[in-house]
Amino acid sequence: MSTLHLLVLAPFIMAIFVPFFYKGFRRIHTGWFVLALPLLLFIYLLRFIPIGEPLQVVKETMDWVPSLGIGFNIYLDGLSLLFALLITGIGTLVVLYSIFYIANKKDEPLNNFYVYLLMFMGAMLGVVLSDNLIVIYVFWELTSLASSLLIAYWFHKEKSRYGAQKSMLITVTGGFAMLAGFCLLYIMTGTFSIQGIISFFAESGAIFNEALFLPAMILILLGAFTKSAQFPFHIWLPDAMEAPTPVSAYLHSATMVKAGIYLVARFTPVFGGTPEWFWIITSFGLLTLIWGSISAIRQVDLKAILAFSTISQLGLIMALLGLGSASFIDNVAEVAIIAAIFHLINHATFKGSLFMVVGIVDHETGTRDIRKLGGLMAIMPITFTISIIGIASMAGLPPFNGFLSKEMFFTGVLEATTLNIFNVQTLGFIFPIVAWIASVFTFAYCMIMFFKTFTGKYQPEKLEKKAHEAPIGLLISPIVLASLVVIFGLFPNMLSYTIIEPAMQSVLPYVSDPYINIYHWHGFNAELFMTIGVVLFGTVVFLNLKRWQETTFFLHERDPLNRFYDGGLEGLVAGSQRVTNLQLTGLLRDYFAYMMVFMILLLGWTFFRYDAVAFNFVDVSEISPYLWIITLALIAATISVPFIQHRVTAIIVVGVIGFLIALLFVVFRAPDLALTQLLVETVMVVLFLLCFYHLPELRKESFKARFKMTNLIISVGMGAIVTLIAFSAHAARHGLSFEPISQYFVENSVPLAGGYNMVNVILVDFRGLDTMLEVLVLGVAALGIVALIKLKMKEGQDI
Amino acid sequence: MEILMILTVGVLVSVSTYLLLTKSLLRVVLGIVLLSHAAHLLFLTMAGLKEGAPPLLGEEAASYADPLPQALILTAIVIGFGVTAFLLVLSYRTYKEHKTDDLEKLRGSADE
Repeated sequence: MSTLHLLVLAPFIMAIFVPFFYKGFRRIHTGWFVLALPLLLFIYLLRFIPIGEPLQVVKETMDWVPSLGIGFNIYLDGLSLLFALLITGIGTLVVLYSIFYIANKKDEPLNNFYVYLLMFMGAMLGVVLSDNLIVIYVFWELTSLASSLLIAYWFHKEKSRYGAQKSMLITVTGGFAMLAGFCLLYIMTGTFSIQGIISFFAESGAIFNEALFLPAMILILLGAFTKSAQFPFHIWLPDAMEAPTPVSAYLHSATMVKAGIYLVARFTPVFGGTPEWFWIITSFGLLTLIWGSISAIRQVDLKAILAFSTISQLGLIMALLGLGSASFIDNVAEVAIIAAIFHLINHATFKGSLFMVVGIVDHETGTRDIRKLGGLMAIMPITFTISIIGIASMAGLPPFNGFLSKEMFFTGVLEATTLNIFNVQTLGFIFPIVAWIASVFTFAYCMIMFFKTFTGKYQPEKLEKKAHEAPIGLLISPIVLASLVVIFGLFPNMLSYTIIEPAMQSVLPYVSDPYINIYHWHGFNAELFMTIGVVLFGTVVFLNLKRWQETTFFLHERDPLNRFYDGGLEGLVAGSQRVTNLQLTGLLRDYFAYMMVFMILLLGWTFFRYDAVAFNFVDVSEISPYLWIITLALIAATISVPFIQHRVTAIIVVGVIGFLIALLFVVFRAPDLALTQLLVETVMVVLFLLCFYHLPELRKESFKARFKMTNLIISVGMGAIVTLIAFSAHAARHGLSFEPISQYFVENSVPLAGGYNMVNVILVDFRGLDTMLEVLVLGVAALGIVALIKLKMKEGQDI
Repeated sequence: MEILMILTVGVLVSVSTYLLLTKSLLRVVLGIVLLSHAAHLLFLTMAGLKEGAPPLLGEEAASYADPLPQALILTAIVIGFGVTAFLLVLSYRTYKEHKTDDLEKLRGSADE
């Protein structure tokens, strides 16, 4: 166990103590205790940032299930470090923000909130720092669970529960597909270690031809796409906005939804360079990008705008990773990977700050509806300043960091069109067009957010609270993030050597010495003109918003894809209900019939399959006249039972059968059995008569004829199967070459146990423990009987 | 003799299965009683019906009937007795509570 293991486990350990803090120091906000942990982890992780020298990759191993090749192995490289810094850094700010956002009221379950948040933090660190696929899967599902619990934090709200269930169902389904993909990779490579898989694929290039290669890729991408809200799985993210705003800022924009991006980046060295990987990721990414940005402009809830904006930006990063994967063949696409990593950081900063700003607006005015908001510029000047920075960065305006990564994004898509592989020559022209259109809409929704909230007329009569500037505690975190937006925008190269280069090396391991320098000014090139076009056309879209909103597509706030989810879920529930009702009829007869039919089929099939039916009548013994009489009487009595309509007659006939069996025991030289049977049968008949005194008269079976026929067939089949077993077993006895073990009892009864009655000796001596437990069983049955008879219940009370 | 016993067992099993599938609680209990009889007989027949002396060493006989299956069947008889007694009282109580012994009417309510 190393310090890095401890780093992953620390949030979980902390989570154990949170309820004690909560109960013990009720007056202090629990968040203050929690705050120290992510801060410490962040500072600790900063140590790993390389300054002036290449990043030292850290590997730490710890066995978990060594026989299956599963180990909690830490692998910290550039990519992991970037994510770990995001998780702990944004985590610190979010915890600080949440202290002021969620008030320490009497019935506010703060302990739940921080336990889930810490659980998420630990799980997310586990995902990005583990090298073992199974461990990654476990932590991956834990993040889904934590996310779902956090969405449902205000569980008394119907919408929260709906959102939590939706996110859980979609992400866990994807996670499960991912597990299957991991297993396929294991089958191909024989290891669960990502680094092991990468080197395995690097050594044997022909692996792309394997039959399992494509299924494994698609299954893993399903996991990544569901988690990172890619089209068409993005529908869970807008509903996840029911979570408290700190959670939305943390999980649903900065970290968890980027787990899918992480996974794709991690697996780029494995799958990168294949046309499937390139096309699937690029096309889904671009589709998500444009779908998200178009959907965003028809939202009226500020958080919903941000949710669709996040979806669209995730699509952007995904598309860049897809385009960049081509650099395994043609290194012209490397800039796409750089842009992806850079935009990942930028998105976390500006989107984080914007979520927090929206939270502040919500907190101070009581609404997030842009139809009610307006004119907050003068009332909330600091909030306004932060959001103008965030929005400008999101829109891609200079000098903020969003501008730089958006320019790089345009460079990436433009350079991708020059690729001469994977049929890009014919279809590649689509990339810049889609990217440009999506950017126009992005610019438009940025303008909506800005103008509808902060300019226009202040409408205090529509607001629940009187708007005023937020307290300083709420403002610290967004101020920090907004300053980062400015700093990264002005000095982007402080990131390029320290973070982007090492991260890029993890994605493209063949680049031995990357050199990245980010410029603000590239001259009057295509990218600049594209940006100018975006600003112009974005403004046009915004000014004509009214006209857009009259088209049918824009009348619906909800994503039309939700219909499939809701319908599918309803159908699933109704379908399972129908299947259940079909078999669970509540009728004992049906359950018995299932069992019998199953037994008949199973045994019959086994007999057929192994050709086990055998008959052998070589040494059948003579039948004495007594036996004839007893047996025929027995058979006659047995057959008559179902026809008897009178209960006392039925009991007596069954009693007679019992006594006849006792007689058979006598004939077969089993005196003890005969005695016991006589005794038991006598008591049983008395018991039956006693009980039946209270029971109603037997009636004629009122089952339908069809039912009776099935019953008859099943019973005859059952009898036939048992007869068959008996015949075959009897025949099989003759082939046996070994002595029955009974000889042991014949020889040892007297010397070892001192008894002459062998059956008794076996029962009380050789198998004494059995008999003792049998007595116990009888005792339990007796207690049950007493309870059933004596139990008195009040009127109307059920058992 | 073995053939006759095997056929008897077959009849017993068929009839008891039929009784189990009816919908009178009473007949179901009777079916279980008959089924345990069938099992005992089957077991005894399987062990071989050789005509030795009863398994009492005092007989000083040349060969004895196999004592082990007999011991097992003895256990089974007693357990069967316990089960039957319990089922009887259970059906008695069911009848007292629900005023019917018809399994069709004892299906339980729809919300369960």
